[in-house]
Amino acid sequence: MGIPKERLLQMYRDMVVIRHYEEIMAQTYLEGKQPVFNIAAGTVPGEMHLAAGQEPVAVGVCAHLRKEDAVAGTHRPHHFAIAKGVDLKRMTAEIFGKVTGLGQGKGGHMHLFDPDVHFGCSGIIAAGIPQAVGAALAFRQQKSDKVAVTFFGEGAANQGAFHEGLNLAALWRLPVIFVVEDNDYAISVPKQKSTAVASNADRAAGYGIPGVYVGENDLLAVYEAAGEAVARARRGEGPTLLEVKTDRLFGHFQGDAELYRPKGEVERLRAKDPIARFRTYLIERELAPETEITDTEQQARQSVAEAFAFARESAYPAPEEALKHVFVETTSDRRGRHAVN
Amino acid sequence: MLSINADRKLTMSKAITEAIAQEMEQDERVFVLGEDVGIYGGIFSSTAGLLEKFGPERVIDTPISETGFIGAALGAAMEGMRPIAELMFVDFFGVCMDQIYNHIAKNTYFAGGHMKVPLVLMTATGGGYNDAGQHSQSLWGTFAHLPGLKVVVPSTPYDAKGLMTQAIRDDNPVLFMFHKGLMGLGWMTLVKDATGHVPEEAYAIPFGQADVKREGTDVTIVSVSMGVYHALEAARELEREGISAEVIDLRTLVPLDREAVVRSVKKTHRLLVVDEDYLSYGMSGEIAATVAERAFDYLDAPVRRLAVPDVPIPFARPLEQFVLPDAPKIVAAVKELLNS
Ligand SMILES: Cc1ncc(C[n+]2csc(CCOP(=O)(O)OP(=O)(O)O)c2C)c(N)n1
Ligand SMILES: [Mg+2]
Repeated sequence: MGIPKERLLQMYRDMVVIRHYEEIMAQTYLEGKQPVFNIAAGTVPGEMHLAAGQEPVAVGVCAHLRKEDAVAGTHRPHHFAIAKGVDLKRMTAEIFGKVTGLGQGKGGHMHLFDPDVHFGCSGIIAAGIPQAVGAALAFRQQKSDKVAVTFFGEGAANQGAFHEGLNLAALWRLPVIFVVEDNDYAISVPKQKSTAVASNADRAAGYGIPGVYVGENDLLAVYEAAGEAVARARRGEGPTLLEVKTDRLFGHFQGDAELYRPKGEVERLRAKDPIARFRTYLIERELAPETEITDTEQQARQSVAEAFAFARESAYPAPEEALKHVFVETTSDRRGRHAVN
Repeated sequence: MLSINADRKLTMSKAITEAIAQEMEQDERVFVLGEDVGIYGGIFSSTAGLLEKFGPERVIDTPISETGFIGAALGAAMEGMRPIAELMFVDFFGVCMDQIYNHIAKNTYFAGGHMKVPLVLMTATGGGYNDAGQHSQSLWGTFAHLPGLKVVVPSTPYDAKGLMTQAIRDDNPVLFMFHKGLMGLGWMTLVKDATGHVPEEAYAIPFGQADVKREGTDVTIVSVSMGVYHALEAARELEREGISAEVIDLRTLVPLDREAVVRSVKKTHRLLVVDEDYLSYGMSGEIAATVAERAFDYLDAPVRRLAVPDVPIPFARPLEQFVLPDAPKIVAAVKELLNS
């Protein structure tokens, strides 16, 4: 495929950052929740949905994006945010509920917004889909070649917003890439019990747009398929639906007893870890020397450690801050210039 | 006769599933549908064990398609079934509100009263565990505002069972709103008094009857759901300081036992409404208006309201604790009320 070595290593690095981030987050989340698990207790309270195992879909797609392209993530947003280049320190501080966080502690882990890199997400299933369609509409009206990407789970593909969003984007030929992240589960409900067709990519036919299936949770396959979809969108040829088979290595949320999972499933999934596979590939094909790979891993760990340290050291917001930020304090004139009220 | 075994203590989640199971045994028209209600037993254990007892035909795991399955519950109800649909968090109402507000709540009226909609919509409410603004709301005021839905907001396992039984037997749509923090879940902060006596036999509690949880003479505190526990804790604290607070649990918002509130205020001459829902245009305003209309001359001080101050529920612990009602805030509000 002729992907430059720097890009291969960058994608490897992003996947390692994500995996390490999620593992450290899983440990941190348990602080103050042992021996008795209490969701409200500890360093990081509230629900926590982690994406370990799902790195290829985020990284393989976002590798094609520019800072100005828009991404709408989900309730399980860390891998998308990291791959899109959201500031790791401010993101981590937000998840800790600190005043230095992206939302000054207002949003938490399911509500990460970083306008600098055009990233947002939501705890409501499928909510990002029509929003990405709107971002794409804006891009076209602005006469730019920017694109919008909406990531969502296979569970979300049964929500009305998915079908409405697909139809709108197809009808208006908008530069959107719809990415179904199929980890086989919506909490406890397996896809086979929720979805009338075997492959969500097939649903693209109902809207007259290309539907592409990528199996095997494979980074390079995602990269290739996403490259085409993004290029198509930038050329003004309309949306693509991309379905990526991936694996959720952790529970739906941390603390999930996972009684609905068949025995041995997680072990089987771990045996085909996409990051380990990509590492082997890089070495066997002599695409990068092992020392460089090890250095990359070291840097990745370092950046995660720094982000968590930043979050820990930051202060909590003052309680009365809760009353601020329902509205912004500005208005814009017709040229879009802002004035403080 | 109800069993007198006062030792039979259940969590609210067990009380709810017991009510559902007993009605399902008696009435084959009753069935359950929703996300993760099957093998998972409901994210808040509101359907635990039902799949094993009644099988997948009557306990149906749905896709994430709330408009689909809640609309389907309405369709089934109009054709003679008695569905119980679960909306996992009340916050998700946004994706299915048309079925709820424009159809479930109105079809009986459109049909001139000639069509029954015997449907229960069960849903989780409340915050206090840092789940932020799309998973922590109460929103009962939103639903009580529109005519056509009965709205149940239990605070105890005893009430939850009796009100759920009543909800299933009612020929009208009922929104049954339990508080996550009161379900007795091992993974939430436990409210000590929230596990309580529940008789084994089926029983129904009529809607529209408030419960006076504690009699008092100096001030009336009106609340529902989790707010009742905060109010009771505050009342115990106030008692130590020589202030006698009466605590009223409304139990249902539609129908609303206005008379119980008016009666109490005529005795205490002061009113504080405690609400975990938003302040403006909601339950606290409705109760205040009722007292203004029916007991204005009895008031010795302006009515006070303690509710979420019209901001989304924030994530960070200090922010969330700042906006939610709790016992110390109630104590302070009552003292201000008595000094005004
Ligand atoms: C509208 C709505 N319904 C239900 C939920 C509860 N919920 C949160 S995550 C989830 C499962 C989502 O499954 P999927 O889309 O496959 O994403 P995954 O969790 O597998 O990443 C559900 C049902 C929600 N957040 N929003
Ligand atoms: Mg999924």
